[in-house]
Amino acid sequence: MARTVLNQADIARALTRISHEILESNRGPDKLVILGIPTRGVVLAQRIADTIARIEPAATDVRVGSLDVTMYRDDLARTRTRTPSRTLVPGSIDGATVVLVDDVLYSGRTIRAALDALGDHGRPTIVRLAVLVDRGHRELPIRADFVGKNLPSSTDERINLHLLEVDGDEFVSIDGGGGIDHDGEDAR
Amino acid sequence: MPSDRIPGTPWLIRGAALPDGTRADLVLAEGRIAEIGSGLSRAGATTVDADGLIVLPGLVDLHTHLREPGYEQSETILTGSQAAAVGGFTSVFAMANTSPVQDTAGVVEQVLALGEQAGYVTVQPIGAVTVGLAGDRLAELGAMATSRARVRVFSDDGFCVSDPLLMRRALEYVKAFDGVIAQHAQEPRLTEKAQMNEGALSSELGLTGWPAVAEESIIARDVLLAEHVGSRLHVCHVSTAGSVDVIRWAKARGINVTAEATPHHLLLTEDLVRGYDARFKVNPPLRRREDVEALREGLADGTIDIVATDHAPHPVESKDCEWDAAANGMVGLESALSVVHAAMVESGMLGWSDIARVLSAAPARIGRVTGQGQGIVVGGPAELTLYDPAASRVFGRADLAGKGANSPYLSMTLPGRVLATFHRGYATVLDGALRPAGEIRSEPEDNRG
Amino acid sequence: MKHLLSTKGLGRAEAIGLLDIAEDMADVANREVKKLPTLRGKTVVNLFFEDSTRTRISFEAAAKRLSADVINFSAKGSSVSKGESLKDTAQTLAAMGADGVVIRHPASGAPEVLAASGWIDAGIINAGDGTHEHPTQALLDAFTIRRRLHGTASRGTGLDGVRVTIVGDVLHSRVARSNLWLLTTLGAEVTFVAPPTLLPMDMSGWPAAVGFDLDAAIAAKPDVIMMLRIQAERMNAAFFPNSREYSRRWGLDDVRFARLAPASIVMHPGPMNRGLEISSEAADSAASTVLEQVANGVSVRMAALYLLMSGDREDS
Repeated sequence: MARTVLNQADIARALTRISHEILESNRGPDKLVILGIPTRGVVLAQRIADTIARIEPAATDVRVGSLDVTMYRDDLARTRTRTPSRTLVPGSIDGATVVLVDDVLYSGRTIRAALDALGDHGRPTIVRLAVLVDRGHRELPIRADFVGKNLPSSTDERINLHLLEVDGDEFVSIDGGGGIDHDGEDAR
Repeated sequence: MPSDRIPGTPWLIRGAALPDGTRADLVLAEGRIAEIGSGLSRAGATTVDADGLIVLPGLVDLHTHLREPGYEQSETILTGSQAAAVGGFTSVFAMANTSPVQDTAGVVEQVLALGEQAGYVTVQPIGAVTVGLAGDRLAELGAMATSRARVRVFSDDGFCVSDPLLMRRALEYVKAFDGVIAQHAQEPRLTEKAQMNEGALSSELGLTGWPAVAEESIIARDVLLAEHVGSRLHVCHVSTAGSVDVIRWAKARGINVTAEATPHHLLLTEDLVRGYDARFKVNPPLRRREDVEALREGLADGTIDIVATDHAPHPVESKDCEWDAAANGMVGLESALSVVHAAMVESGMLGWSDIARVLSAAPARIGRVTGQGQGIVVGGPAELTLYDPAASRVFGRADLAGKGANSPYLSMTLPGRVLATFHRGYATVLDGALRPAGEIRSEPEDNRG
Repeated sequence: MKHLLSTKGLGRAEAIGLLDIAEDMADVANREVKKLPTLRGKTVVNLFFEDSTRTRISFEAAAKRLSADVINFSAKGSSVSKGESLKDTAQTLAAMGADGVVIRHPASGAPEVLAASGWIDAGIINAGDGTHEHPTQALLDAFTIRRRLHGTASRGTGLDGVRVTIVGDVLHSRVARSNLWLLTTLGAEVTFVAPPTLLPMDMSGWPAAVGFDLDAAIAAKPDVIMMLRIQAERMNAAFFPNSREYSRRWGLDDVRFARLAPASIVMHPGPMNRGLEISSEAADSAASTVLEQVANGVSVRMAALYLLMSGDREDS
């Protein structure tokens, strides 16, 4: 049975905290580029950028975009052909502080692909990672800098993460017993 | 059949249905049909239970490519004869496009001799009309006619005798020995690089078209030439509705023309070319459904006189390639009767007596071959085929007895099955199986003739 | 997608999906590193039985931008011209571990024969077969039209209501056939204009209007006019009297070009016969997409290679 671990208000609070942490670690909004990983990471990136703009009304140059990693995945030959999403990198990322945003951090392979993709767009000074949920089970030496919620889980549990803009409702829940999550992504 | 049967002993065929539907027993002895009646018995005879089977006069194919001499990797006179026997044939006319070409008495006599040696069917050579099939000058038609092979049918098949003057001369010349010119009707300029029937499908598939008019215009010219010089013309593998109309018109005018249709043109349509499987590449090409219907009607009303196979074996590599590079032709001897059964009998357009006419009596008469096509009569030659019309089979490689596997019917379901073939009074096929060449050779010499 | 053999069998959603991926691929050309690691370790063979430097280098660039290894196999001067069969060539490539084969062949249907043969278990892309199809050319043409009409808002759109007039040797043109099926699938209306000798004898199954009069076609103000190349050998085969008469009746000369609507698009699959089927003024004008077509060709071929070679082959 699905057990809700974060509701809409919890998610909003987590994103607000992450936004503050990003500003704090960056010592302000200078040279920040927030890049979401499709699909839900893009929504989260936009919300974080909006929150930062609210917190620091003077920070008008925070850039936000999307970074599709399909072409960089290491499992392309093992699954059905994936339809890529759009990449929109707002201007040059050379010398910038890039914050990658994803919904759920799991094996770390999506982030590995994202780092490779990012390298083909330019050379940021610093790359950080923000995720709404970290469920553990890393397969690569990757960790998140900003985490909404640590959610220790077993591999046969399933994390459901819904966002209003994509799914029409909003929550994070956990299902007991195997299977993958609703849209087949592996990194939940 | 007991394998310890002594060669030359009589056969008693019990309870077969004659082409007209009546049931009869037949006794075959000394190469002839000795008796036809009911309740027959014969001391020492080997009995064949033919209950439920149709007995047909041995089939005669006026258009076979045996490939020997010259192309023995495709077929030999022996393997082609075996394919013929399995298909219920007792005689085949061997087309002239061998290497060397059958354009001299020497080559046609060699083909005749190899046919006799094989002993499965009467192999009647066809002579080339022009030297080397080159279309320049007449071959020694008279020498071939008076040779031991007694050639009466002359054809450059594979090529059209397109020069109108040469065609006129050929038609005139063969009158001297009651010969016939069998024309491969294909206007060469209109069919340069042609790959399939010209129409909507060739437009879509991007294959160069073989227009119906290229066949029809030559037939129209030739029937008028035959009328003008008072000669006998035979039209090979008629494939279009327009050709049927032209021949119907010519016959109504009293022109001495006969025509053949192949089994594949009576059953298959150009739609099979989709997919570019070269097994369906043949010349003339498969045509439209309307053409198939017109050919069937023409055969039913006598406009088309006969069915002839145009059996054209090719090695695997000639078909296992892109369409343009593939050879034209299909093997057809083994499947012919079943295909004609499906196209003409199951459609109700012909009965079994008609089948006996179009696949035995008429081709034998057109080709003037002796000892064939005389029907099932007491005293006539024992050339017979036993056919099970109730059988049905998925046609496969095992049903092919020749060297060529280029059959368009592989994995199609076809009705009927040849269970026995008798040639000169001995069985070449029995219980649906080809008798080995060694057994055929042990049959009495006088019967093998 | 297992193979890309024709546009006839391509559905609307599938075609738009491919064009959308081509948009992503086009974006890659604007980045610092113009290369993706997607097909790293995969081998693409360009199997060309006909000379076509343009098409071959376009596929080569596409494969290399996806990090595939590329082997160019030209039949000219090779064992193929010494009589080696398509079958033996295919089995050789299979033994070398080709994952994708881009085939250009003078025989219509050769890619389909290769795909159905079982000689090789690779994704097959038809890069032009005889007078049958040239699907990636049609896809890049559709991509080019879509970009001209919709710009950055192209993703997800078809070509509904777009009126395309294709002029020239339709009879021998695989580009015309592939464009007919693809453009109409995407909602465009296609008109062919040609001398009657250069039209297929029976076009009854084709969803296209057919005319002989280029001036009438231009008066109808098409959105797109696509000029096909006239091969020199057609002039020797009595398809039309001579190049001057062809050019007068069916060439896009300066006068006809001036009569086109200002927003019209002028296309040509290349290489052009300037002064024969198209004037230099038309070819070099702002209306002309000739060079865009070349650039877009790489993006579209990257998308096709990606769709054929990235997924699990059993799955597709």
